Amino acid sequence: MNAWLHILAALVLAPLVPGIVNRVKARMSGRVGKPLLQTYFDLAKLTRKGLVESHTASFMLGVGPAVSLAAICGALCLLPGPASPAPASFAGDFMLAAYCLGLSRLAIILAALDTGSSFEGMGASREAAFSALAEPVLFLALLALAADAPSLSLSGMLGQGLSGALAPERLFVPLLLFILLLTENCRIPVDDPNTHLELTMIHEVMVLDHSGPDMAMISYGAALKLWFFAAAVTLSLLPVQAMPPLAAWAAFLAGVVLVAVAVGLVESSMARLRLLRVPRLLGSAGALAALSLVLTVWR
Amino acid sequence: MLAALPLIPLLAGLMALALPADGPRRWLLAAVGCLHLTLVGTTWVHPPAPAYGGLLELDPLGQLFLTLASLLFTAAAFYAVGYLRHEGAVHEKRDFQDGATFVNAPERVFSLCLCLFLSAMTVVCATRNLSVLWVGIEATTLSSAPLIYFHRHRRSLEATWKYLVICSVGIALALLGNILVSVAFYDPVAPAASMDLAELLPLAPGAAKPWLRAAFIFLLVGYGSKMGLAPMHNWLPDAHSQSPSLVSALLSGALLNCAFLGILRAVQILSPAGLGAFCGELLVLFGLISMVTAAVFIVGLGDYKRMLAYSSVEHMGILALGVGIGGGAAFGAMLHAVNHSLTKGALFLISGNILAVYHTRSCHDARGVSRALPITAALWTAGFLAICGSPPFGLFVSELAILRAMFAGGHGLAATIYVIALAVIFVGMATSVCRMVQGPLPPAVRHPGPERVLSVASPLALLAAALTLGLYVPQGLADVLARAAAAVSLGG
Amino acid sequence: MAAIQSLLVALVVVNLAYLAVTRLKTLTRITALQGVLLAATPLAIAGPHGHGLVLSLAVLAIKGIGFPWLVARTLSRLEVNPVVEPYFGFNMSLLAGVGGLLFSLWLESRLPFPPGLFPPLLFPAALTSIFSGLTLVVARRKALTQVIGYLAAENGIFLLGVPLAAQGSVWLELSVLLDVFVAVFVMGIALHHINKTFESIDVGRFCSLRD
Repeated sequence: MNAWLHILAALVLAPLVPGIVNRVKARMSGRVGKPLLQTYFDLAKLTRKGLVESHTASFMLGVGPAVSLAAICGALCLLPGPASPAPASFAGDFMLAAYCLGLSRLAIILAALDTGSSFEGMGASREAAFSALAEPVLFLALLALAADAPSLSLSGMLGQGLSGALAPERLFVPLLLFILLLTENCRIPVDDPNTHLELTMIHEVMVLDHSGPDMAMISYGAALKLWFFAAAVTLSLLPVQAMPPLAAWAAFLAGVVLVAVAVGLVESSMARLRLLRVPRLLGSAGALAALSLVLTVWR
Repeated sequence: MLAALPLIPLLAGLMALALPADGPRRWLLAAVGCLHLTLVGTTWVHPPAPAYGGLLELDPLGQLFLTLASLLFTAAAFYAVGYLRHEGAVHEKRDFQDGATFVNAPERVFSLCLCLFLSAMTVVCATRNLSVLWVGIEATTLSSAPLIYFHRHRRSLEATWKYLVICSVGIALALLGNILVSVAFYDPVAPAASMDLAELLPLAPGAAKPWLRAAFIFLLVGYGSKMGLAPMHNWLPDAHSQSPSLVSALLSGALLNCAFLGILRAVQILSPAGLGAFCGELLVLFGLISMVTAAVFIVGLGDYKRMLAYSSVEHMGILALGVGIGGGAAFGAMLHAVNHSLTKGALFLISGNILAVYHTRSCHDARGVSRALPITAALWTAGFLAICGSPPFGLFVSELAILRAMFAGGHGLAATIYVIALAVIFVGMATSVCRMVQGPLPPAVRHPGPERVLSVASPLALLAAALTLGLYVPQGLADVLARAAAAVSLGG
Repeated sequence: MAAIQSLLVALVVVNLAYLAVTRLKTLTRITALQGVLLAATPLAIAGPHGHGLVLSLAVLAIKGIGFPWLVARTLSRLEVNPVVEPYFGFNMSLLAGVGGLLFSLWLESRLPFPPGLFPPLLFPAALTSIFSGLTLVVARRKALTQVIGYLAAENGIFLLGVPLAAQGSVWLELSVLLDVFVAVFVMGIALHHINKTFESIDVGRFCSLRD
């Protein structure tokens, strides 16, 4: 029961995270901003609306969002909570989690391609290209985490804190996960979630043709993914396994909120990178990940 | 005494910088050369005591190279009096190669750098401390770079930059070699106080051999790139062809020897550690590569200063080869260093005379030298015969000594390559030199009139010395050569 | 011990950053950062007294402040395009850098180090610095990046010498530092002339001297 509590919290609280990010961005630019619960309102509104489908599209347009949401939920089930291991955990489950995220992306990409629109095809190709670069970084970072963890599952790897003396290479993993958060969730140095020019979009342009409940599933899935990464960053930093449950929960939630605030700060203080420079960012992240893996293994 | 040696050119350089009048400044250079040479000469009679707490100490090896550097500097300084009279004035000149205009560097700075260069070379030769040696060799690079960029045009700048970057990086690798040497000698209980050979040599048999090997490779590559061993020689033809001829003479005759001294110091440490054979193999390898590279490039080369530069690559190869073979060849190599410095210095100074009249470095355009400059032409021919190792000159003796030692040591293959490379280089240089000396005067060249004493006296003196060494090696010199050769023997 | 390890990891990151950076100005800052980190190493190894302190202050003055100031001054006077122009891509250089790091870690595990001389990771950190520096010298187009590469390589060599510095005389260490300083100074002057004569500091234009 305890194990499911974290999943329940994720399902309920996840839409709050984009709300916090938006609020921070608004405050940084001197605006009041949308209500914190705006994502909930949006989701409620979208589920009540009807569905408009393109004539040229096949069943994939409808299946994509559902598969994507399901895959993200699958990945969430492998993530440990602050006071308990994950509902499902086994050696090597971090591979499954990474591939669940990959599957969710694949479903969205296929649905985007299915519409036959050139904008969506373009967005899909960019999303595929960048995630192909982000995936090795994710694996290297997770391997670096796994290298000195008691067990090879996410539940064993996360929540240890920065073990021992302050070993600098241990700091790289949260940093890398944060960069991945920005990349995977289409945040600013990589992609601008609020842009209005289709040519410069990556993620948003892929979902232009979705509407109603499908769009709700995509938005909800995006919020869950953001939660997944925010939780991963928090858990890789905090030694929650050694804390009493209540304190662990408090620290965990505060950590997630802080990560969301950090995302908002990054978004309001940085400009979007040119598309050509994104591979360089991910390449540097890859080098850092390799470095942290090498140093962890070597020690 | 030893303490004053590097200081004299240093002070003279500062004086040259301060002197407003051109004439006295030019003669000041010659005077510094004479004074320095005299002081160095007295060290042959009275061995000097170590100076600066043992940082400077003269052994036969250093004495030999110091004398060469001092001699070459003096010759170049006398030549410079005439040269600077001609080139010193700061006004725009037309570049004879691409037609652009350029100015020469201020003469004061040139004189200062020349003096600093001598000072740095003195430190390099007069120390047995590896760290001081390194500092000195880096200082020679820095003080000679402005000398190469005396004619401020594109090509000399390109040459200077290559020289600076390749040699600086090379010498940085030599510093790594130095550090590896001290790793090899590391002893936590009784740490060695300095990098002085006097301290290191007794400890050498107990030093860690893998580290010594690595150190030697880095020192060889590092100092070797400064010495012009192929394949690290790329800067050498550029710098030698673009710098003023008297600087080329100093670079070839004195600086390359200083870098070689760096490698020899490493050999001195490795031999007692039982790694003499390892050093020998590497030196032979690099020596042969240098000779073959020079032979390949020198054939059909249309630029006579580059030709001399490649000939320096060849002779540096011979030096490395001689020391690498060991035994009688080491003595040959020491003698060869002396002969090469004298001859190549003379040749570069003579090439400056030709360049001043013909305004071209091309062997095809500079024809009829014997009609325009009879004395220069005679010296050019004699110098060519000398540098190729023809009989009456000293290089014949030293090259033969190395060849004999190679056969005696059973290095048949190396000897074959050595002889073939020498033959190819002889033919390659003969074609160019004969073409230049003979033939009609090109119509564009005005007859320059009688030759000035200052422009032929220095090369004549140097060549005469080289000729003398071919006929007779004085006993005192032979002693020092033998002791220097014994110091770098590979057997231990 | 933890302090020196953190320093060395930071140095390794800096070495990799040399290869990834695309702006000359950032490259200058990285030089400064490396200089400051290097200045801290004698203190972290030998403790803050005597020899180590003098060396550390000198390194801070020359490598942490002097070099970056010289390079930045040259950069601002040259008015060149502020982008590092590589002969091959940044990600390739970075990959090569990680490869170099792996190689040097392997080498460290193989070499018979004198016990107690080098703290762990010092040798790989020094070697990657030399490697990055040499990569900057050969794989970048601008003459200024060659100077910075030379500096980075020299810093690596210096790092390797730090644990041994306690033995030798501090004057010799200082004169080595001074020599390198003058080298960079002379290179800076040459750079000015190159910029004036060629109207660029692209070494790809050096093509008039050939055989």
